[in-house]
Amino acid sequence: MDDLLAARSQMAMSLAFHIIFAAIGIAMPLLMTIAEWKWLRTKDEIYLTLAKRWAKGTAILFAVGAVSGTVLSFELGLLWPGFMGYAGSIIGMPFSLEGFAFFTEAIFLGIYLYGWQRVPPRAHLFAGAMVALSGALSGIFVVIANAWMNAPRGFRLVDGKPVDIDPIAAMMNPAALPQTLHMTLAAYAATGFVVAGIHAFMLLRDPRNRFHKAALAIAFVVGGVTAILQPLSGDLLAKTVAVTQPVKLAAFEGQFQTEQGASFRIGGIPDETAGVTRYAIEVPYALSILAYGDPNATVKGLNDFRADERPPVAIVHIAFQIMVACGVAMMLIALWGAWRYLRARRNKRRLESKWFLRLLVAAAPLGFIAIETGWVVTEVGRQPWIIYGVMRTSEAVTPMPGLIVPFITFTLLYILLAIVTIWLLLRQVAASPRDAEPLAKEAQLVA
Amino acid sequence: MSLETIIAGVMIASLVLYALLGGADYGGGVWDLFAFGPRARRQRALIAEAISPVWEANHVWLILVIVILFTAFPPAFATIATALHIPITLLLIGIVLRGTAFTFRTYDVQRDDVQRRWSLVFSIASIITPVLLGITLGAIASGTIRIVDRVVVNGFFRSWLAPFPFAVGFFALALFAFLAAVYLTLETRERELQEDFRRRALVSGVAVGILALTVFVLAGTGAPTVRAGISRTWWALILHVCTAVFAVGAFYALWMRQYKLARICAAAQVTLILLGWAFAQFPHLVEPDITIFSAAAPRITLQLLLGALVLGALLLFPSYYYLFRVFKRGHKEAQEAQ
Repeated sequence: MDDLLAARSQMAMSLAFHIIFAAIGIAMPLLMTIAEWKWLRTKDEIYLTLAKRWAKGTAILFAVGAVSGTVLSFELGLLWPGFMGYAGSIIGMPFSLEGFAFFTEAIFLGIYLYGWQRVPPRAHLFAGAMVALSGALSGIFVVIANAWMNAPRGFRLVDGKPVDIDPIAAMMNPAALPQTLHMTLAAYAATGFVVAGIHAFMLLRDPRNRFHKAALAIAFVVGGVTAILQPLSGDLLAKTVAVTQPVKLAAFEGQFQTEQGASFRIGGIPDETAGVTRYAIEVPYALSILAYGDPNATVKGLNDFRADERPPVAIVHIAFQIMVACGVAMMLIALWGAWRYLRARRNKRRLESKWFLRLLVAAAPLGFIAIETGWVVTEVGRQPWIIYGVMRTSEAVTPMPGLIVPFITFTLLYILLAIVTIWLLLRQVAASPRDAEPLAKEAQLVA
Repeated sequence: MSLETIIAGVMIASLVLYALLGGADYGGGVWDLFAFGPRARRQRALIAEAISPVWEANHVWLILVIVILFTAFPPAFATIATALHIPITLLLIGIVLRGTAFTFRTYDVQRDDVQRRWSLVFSIASIITPVLLGITLGAIASGTIRIVDRVVVNGFFRSWLAPFPFAVGFFALALFAFLAAVYLTLETRERELQEDFRRRALVSGVAVGILALTVFVLAGTGAPTVRAGISRTWWALILHVCTAVFAVGAFYALWMRQYKLARICAAAQVTLILLGWAFAQFPHLVEPDITIFSAAAPRITLQLLLGALVLGALLLFPSYYYLFRVFKRGHKEAQEAQ
């Protein structure tokens, strides 16, 4: 493994690890705040227990997210000094704003987790809402910086040095809005589905448990609503990519030939040497419509780009297919759930059927699979550039030799953390209340 | 005062706050390892109680330092991260292990053997991380970090694998342990526990003094320009006299069991040590090639950053104050108990 590949692997691994905790850190505080709000409104002990249970999970995940995020902020320089040597002056702004959002998040999480007995109920709920809000803002600021790498604006390069720097224009780059929208919705959808899946699993074993029913309802509403909205933001993002990074769009679709009225491919395996994508189901005109809103629009194919400016097509295409498939499945499940809910209300029937719960358990990981593959699409799809069209990844890498050592070290460290985190979360789930009866006692116990 | 100087000042202020708040959290980990005697269990519980609600917020000061560094002085960040790749990587591993082990300990089985295992990881990481932080800062001050045409002139080891950076590392550790012990005297109402941490504060205070002298002596060859900067101006000398006064004051206050006064003196002492270093190195960010002026981002970036810092501070300080008011209310009670 050469040093560039090791550096890219370490960055990819660090991001892939961190994004799970980051996404949960955005969405979980919303879930626990909703639960607490319902407790204050209904005075039903179940919601208090739920808020406290979810807060415990959030505490564990937030700690891992905070330290793995710290690692990333240093890794920008440790691995890509050529990039940070000047990019900081252009996109440092969103990072500094993120710093303050992260501050707010950590402060109010401290109050939320340890302040149950120390602050009045409304102040406590406010702390939860602040964690949820600042968590979302943190994510948005970081994604804005990433969007700039895809659609760099706000500077000119003269002899390899940036001039006429405009940090505001850099933040307002065309990819910023669609990317932040897409990632924020993804965080809620993915977390909502995982949490719903866990509580669905517990309900299958203990069908009368009101605690898990209440948890499932909140998680599924948050996950479901965002899963239904997500394809819209995805469409907006794809249309932006079509304009700002046409070669990436071609890689999404494995589109080698420039074509008018291009088809949308479902599945298929791109063969880069032969320049064709085989075994795909093709929907005529659909790609032109999706990318440009016009069935006769011309989609530029990979063959019309220089070979050394194309991303690895197969990885990007397959990751894109997986992401879209997961997203569509989640949307359909959410729609079905909504329909079931409306029907159950009218006929006074039970909402949770065994099959629907089993489906939710099976769908639990879909959101995170979509997030991981989605970032593969974004990041690998931008290669060979670190700043699209401006700086190559190979120009940015550190001269430090032996980068495989830190790559392996951090990989082992993160595997260890993942195992412990999962083990601790399983303990929390296993210790959840068995049935509705002893809940009042339970609420006092976790207080 | 130039914009570069103001922003560098904010960066140093964040570093000072990281040392005063985050540093003390590391110090707590040190005393977790050295908890012994009949009250070992209560000492550990007190430390955990003191740092649980605040350590994550305190940790963000370090993030702020890094973000200001790479936004306002990007080439300096690139140079430091390149030349000090190894100690910074080790520092990160320490940060990860400290934070996660502490959290895992809170949420894992409350059985002695399990808790002890996490305590060990937490406390050892709390010792190693400040040392590495000090090594990094010491190397930056040493004047051996030079990058010419993407080549690290002194290699990836020589700038930090030297007596001076290591002395700074142990100095940082002693300071953090000292701060933590002083703060902890005010976290409890139990007289015996106060006495435990008073003794620890006195012992680590002596260590601070010895290591300060060691750092000063080693700086003669290890960081000659910074050492020369220490006595460059008359007000630098006044600064060092003040540092010494507060150091003695902290000892006196601890001896007299005036813990609130001790806390003020200890915090002032640490602040002045960091300021003394910053003034001695001014205007260099990385000795000897990079100054805050040569590395500065364009004016517009600095202006916007300063605006963001002011706005952020306006939001941050009220919430931070609230956090400490909620969880550090015990102080008054501790004082009254005396």
